[in-house]
Amino acid sequence: MSPSDEPPLVRRFGRASRATHWSTAVLTGVCLATAAVLYLGPLATLVGRRQIVATVHLYAGLALPLPMLAAAVSAAYRRDVAALDRFTAGDWAWLRTRPRRRDRAAVGKFNAGQKLYAAFVAGAVLVMLGTGLIMEFGGPGAIPVSYRTGATFVHDLLALGLFAGVCGHLWMASRDPVALVGMRTGMVPLPWALREHPAWLTGPDGGAGSGADGGSQA
Amino acid sequence: MGRRVVFAMLGLGALGVFVGADVQRGTDRFVAPLRENDPTGLTGLLPSSGFRYYSVVSHVPTMTAADYVLTVHGLVDRPLRLTLDDLSRLPQTELVRDFQCVTGWRVPDVRWTGVRLAALLDAAGPTPAATALTFRSFDGAYDESLTLEQARHPEVLVALTMLGGPVTHDHGGPVRLYVAPMYGYKSIKWLGEIELVDAVAPGYWEQRGYDVDAWIGQSNGRDDEPV
Repeated sequence: MSPSDEPPLVRRFGRASRATHWSTAVLTGVCLATAAVLYLGPLATLVGRRQIVATVHLYAGLALPLPMLAAAVSAAYRRDVAALDRFTAGDWAWLRTRPRRRDRAAVGKFNAGQKLYAAFVAGAVLVMLGTGLIMEFGGPGAIPVSYRTGATFVHDLLALGLFAGVCGHLWMASRDPVALVGMRTGMVPLPWALREHPAWLTGPDGGAGSGADGGSQA
Repeated sequence: MGRRVVFAMLGLGALGVFVGADVQRGTDRFVAPLRENDPTGLTGLLPSSGFRYYSVVSHVPTMTAADYVLTVHGLVDRPLRLTLDDLSRLPQTELVRDFQCVTGWRVPDVRWTGVRLAALLDAAGPTPAATALTFRSFDGAYDESLTLEQARHPEVLVALTMLGGPVTHDHGGPVRLYVAPMYGYKSIKWLGEIELVDAVAPGYWEQRGYDVDAWIGQSNGRDDEPV
């Protein structure tokens, strides 16, 4: 196949957004894996070494917000975050409609499900960080013990929610290999972009990052 | 809008921190009995009470009646080497008491049987210089301590059974300590060795911040109901 036969590519994610995504993914994976060892009896029996596992979990958790904070120096990343934060009337309709009947015409760079998931992850990271800090440093005398129990309760419960969320995220990614390539290389084929995110390149999110980060990877 | 979701989650999280302890107490009453009779282990996923497996090493050897030996030595007149058979021939004491972990979970009404530690101390005969005990686990890493006076408390057992059967390996079998009035980290699992010493040597978790005198409700900044 000669290069001219390949569909033109458009830039979907800049380097900062991709680096943030993948480093957050790795840290989340470490957090969930160590959490499973700390939390699930059979795994705890298998692995043991509670002190080391707990230390790895703690530092991976503390590091979790850092990629997102560091990436904020990138204008392209900030535009992605702004696009994720911007819910439209169409987004509500999209969420209320069954998947097969959804009207994609108004879908911009991110669909409403992606926006909701991003907000959930952002909130979850903050809640896990706060409750985790209480569990680690809210020792004797620092805060009332019932708050520490409460923090543990929230941390445990939300960990299950986060695990379910990540599973759903991986499921969606597995169903759309092009989206996955977009997150890996930053580039997606134009036809895919026009089909899945018709209002992206023309709407208010249009061109976000496409020029600023420069460079085509084709 | 995305940020409203974030703020809502932060609000719910904060609310959970304030009321979570009470909510958990409520759900525990249903979940704890389920968990002890759950062959699938799925109830272990719920954030609730019930025994949780803690080990500080990667692998703990399995000991059986064939090879298990408990040694009592140090500042004693008569060092002891006790097999599982030796221990089970001594007078057994039964206790039904809660098990309270310092991290918050509590298992109500656990049935324990075993030999009173006080009886083993009488048999070994601590010398006048002995003031404390060091317990060592045969996991090779964990140790614990009690003063001689604490060790003579009638509700301190060298436990051979718990939950209606022999102490299983995961619960610290074949022999573990059960210090009813103290937090769970005192109830050393896989008990292999008791040494009488002249001063308290802080144990594994005590060197990592937990109180040496671990009375339930009066230590570690906790206000749990005493056992």
